Amino acid sequence: MLKFEIRTSAFLFNCIAMRSVFQFFLLLIFIGLTPQIQAQETVLAPENDLCMGCHTHQTFTFKNTLTDQDDKRMMNPLYILDKDHFARGVHAKFKCADCHSADYTTYPHNAELKLEPLSTCMDCHGGDEKYAVYQFEKIDEEFQKSVHFQKSGESFTCSKCHNQHYYQAKTRTSSMVNEIVGFSNEMCMTCHSNNSKFQLMSDTLKPALSHIHDWLPNQDLHFKNVRCIECHTQVVDSLQVSHNILPKEQALRNCVECHSKNSMLEASLYKYKNLQTRSEGGKLNSIISNKSYVIGAYQNAWLNYISIIIFCLALAGICIHLIVRIVKK
Amino acid sequence: MISENKIYFYPLWLRIWHAINALGIVILIITGINMQYSNPGFELINFNLAVNLHNIAGILVTLNYLLFFFGNLMTSNKKYYRLKIKGLFKRLNLQIVYYISGLFKNQPTPFPLSEKRKFNPMQKVSYLLVMYIFVPGLIITGLALLFPETIIENVYSASGIFLTAVLHASLGFFVSIFLIVHLYVATIGKNPLNNFKSIINGYHDINAH
Repeated sequence: MLKFEIRTSAFLFNCIAMRSVFQFFLLLIFIGLTPQIQAQETVLAPENDLCMGCHTHQTFTFKNTLTDQDDKRMMNPLYILDKDHFARGVHAKFKCADCHSADYTTYPHNAELKLEPLSTCMDCHGGDEKYAVYQFEKIDEEFQKSVHFQKSGESFTCSKCHNQHYYQAKTRTSSMVNEIVGFSNEMCMTCHSNNSKFQLMSDTLKPALSHIHDWLPNQDLHFKNVRCIECHTQVVDSLQVSHNILPKEQALRNCVECHSKNSMLEASLYKYKNLQTRSEGGKLNSIISNKSYVIGAYQNAWLNYISIIIFCLALAGICIHLIVRIVKK
Repeated sequence: MISENKIYFYPLWLRIWHAINALGIVILIITGINMQYSNPGFELINFNLAVNLHNIAGILVTLNYLLFFFGNLMTSNKKYYRLKIKGLFKRLNLQIVYYISGLFKNQPTPFPLSEKRKFNPMQKVSYLLVMYIFVPGLIITGLALLFPETIIENVYSASGIFLTAVLHASLGFFVSIFLIVHLYVATIGKNPLNNFKSIINGYHDINAH
């Protein structure tokens, strides 16, 4: 009886221990697979408080020296900054006066300040070793070949796509492909799904995206899982993100370019992910957690080997059986 | 004139189902492999054509499966699929020994076919597995992939479509292996073509083993 009890408790202990080990591994897997949500908000420069006191609100109040009263006015919507959004952007640590004139500190702002040319992106990013890794010169070179530059010239500035207040380097920093895709496509959609913005650059009426892409199967799925630039740019191996946006006639329409073993996506959307994975050596996690399934592009070496082995074994078995049948007949 | 040794094993509805299923599955396998291993410049079938053919054949096989399922449910054909678990391994073993040894020594088959028995134990188990697990699994995952918006987006953080597609391709692979073995085993008999004739005319010669 005592022996039985000892065995039972030992069995129970084993069960509990096994369950704990199982739960531990489950937890590890869960932690490994769950995207880490990172709070990336930066503390803004205190010098910006004065500007943001007005430019982050729908209305602003100022002391009218003529009437000696406090006046409340509506803010021009184009001049309202989303503070939280700004705090997540790459330029969050900047002071407003780093790019805008320091003379904006007085109100009413001097009208002539509007004529002052703003710094361009290349003024800071070009020719600086600190930013060499981003290859801004190469980006500029590629961009100048793009349909945007060819049609609109210098008026099509970087900021037309990369809002300098809110831009985040998602392609480099995000570990989730879907997030990279969403962020990238949002840049295109700002104009390409908004007729009034589209017509700032074009004389034509903006065509409906679903209509011009009606040849594309599973449209929604494609729009959600791959970036517009996958088909609408020429991939350059040395660049992280291709900037040569092609004219629509040259956009990719050949499904196999992506849906194949040497999928073009490996050189574009998954490029950064692949490099990162290689350096971290965590292949499994990236395969099952991050890539959307692309018919033809997903070819797992192990599954391929296993299937070839099973197939060969079946064929060999049949051949041997057939030979013996013929010999013994 | 039908000889006394011949049993009408395959009624017309079953033969129609089998013919459509055979054609559909061959198209599905060829187009499936073509999509899985697609490569620019080396395409057996154009990718878009392969996708369309795969979708059409998939729907055809799905509808045809209903014929098989309800045909069996409503006719006496279902009795051939009833599986007795007791002694199954022993019976399977006997059949395997027959295939790898007895057959070559011209020994009689351990489970001679009759009005009551259309399938030997190995056939029965493999047909049950393929027709009631693999094919329904392929139909469900296939329909899900045809309407990908119905698939759960993330299972933990693995893509739902990824898991569905891997399951679909794996099941498809096993059905391909089944097809090859099925075709080979069908050649076993006095004349390798007998079984193929049977599934066309419906009559099976029980002495042709």
